[in-house]
Amino acid sequence: MSKFKKKKSGALPAISTASLPDIVFMLLFFFMVATVMRENTLMIENNLPFADQVEKLDKKDLVMYIYAGKPSENFKQYGTEARIQLNDKLADVSDIAAFIAAERAAKREELVPFLTTALKVDSDANMGLIGDIKQELRKVNALKINYTTKKGSVFGR
Amino acid sequence: MAKRAAPEVNAGSMADIAFLLLIFFLVTTTIEVDSGINRKLPPMEESDEDVVIKQKNIFTVLLNGKDQLLVEDELMELKDLRAAAKEFLDNGGDGSCSYCKGKKDPKSSDNPDKAIISLKNERETTYKTYIAVQNELVAAYNELRDRRAQELYRKSFTEMQANYKDVNWPGNKDKLKEKIDQIKLEYPQKLSEVQ
Repeated sequence: MSKFKKKKSGALPAISTASLPDIVFMLLFFFMVATVMRENTLMIENNLPFADQVEKLDKKDLVMYIYAGKPSENFKQYGTEARIQLNDKLADVSDIAAFIAAERAAKREELVPFLTTALKVDSDANMGLIGDIKQELRKVNALKINYTTKKGSVFGR
Repeated sequence: MAKRAAPEVNAGSMADIAFLLLIFFLVTTTIEVDSGINRKLPPMEESDEDVVIKQKNIFTVLLNGKDQLLVEDELMELKDLRAAAKEFLDNGGDGSCSYCKGKKDPKSSDNPDKAIISLKNERETTYKTYIAVQNELVAAYNELRDRRAQELYRKSFTEMQANYKDVNWPGNKDKLKEKIDQIKLEYPQKLSEVQ
């Protein structure tokens, strides 16, 4: 009778991992919600400069993005000079007017005066290019601009 | 025959699947930067009339192609620029500015309303340096405004602006707007860029 009695082991029972999926799912949902898919694939290097007197851009849908910088590794054929990128392709300074017009046409009319142009420019680009962009923006009367920067000290860490 | 319960599905691999998804999202997440320095460009005007501004009311900042800084015809390090700009703006030379705490030097600016900072850069200047200079100049204005706001309302200017933008702020927004405009009037941001 006592032949088949189970041996009692002295070891501690294993910790239940049944709640592990729940924890992981919680993290997963957080990242899924927090993720913003990039709208544009960058063809240029875009290492933003640092500044500490920054203001937040609050209305994301009222922002037009202009990127500028050196073409990145995969797009070496475009040279090593800093270039402008509008939407998904490299552009010239003269294309900015058309780009702004297209962006404005896509928005409701009453929102057009609140449009801001965000300049996302690589920290190693030179000011000649920025000056040209600004001149072009003045021509089409897009006067509200924002130099997008990372938050940090300007003197480096 | 005895009734048999359906066997339970093993959920042990659920964690693995969830981890896989989690790692995918972790890797693909890019936190977009959405803050920066706001500026307003001057409108295009074809007017030829020249406004006469006294030389002493202009604070010239020059950035050359080698990222060197020339302020009022003297070489200057970036770290000294903020203090120099503050001193210039806060000078109050003609005595009409009751809240200025500067030296009242007759050779420097008359009052904050007349004081203009003029920034000129060359085509070869790097963007990083330009932003650093912009940042320091904006900081000079902000520090003066902060000081004035502390005196008048016991609150910093940046805090007031944050409150004004905050939807959940319980106070009276119209009054706050008035206060902000008052300070902006006392220290107007006059930063001109030469093309």
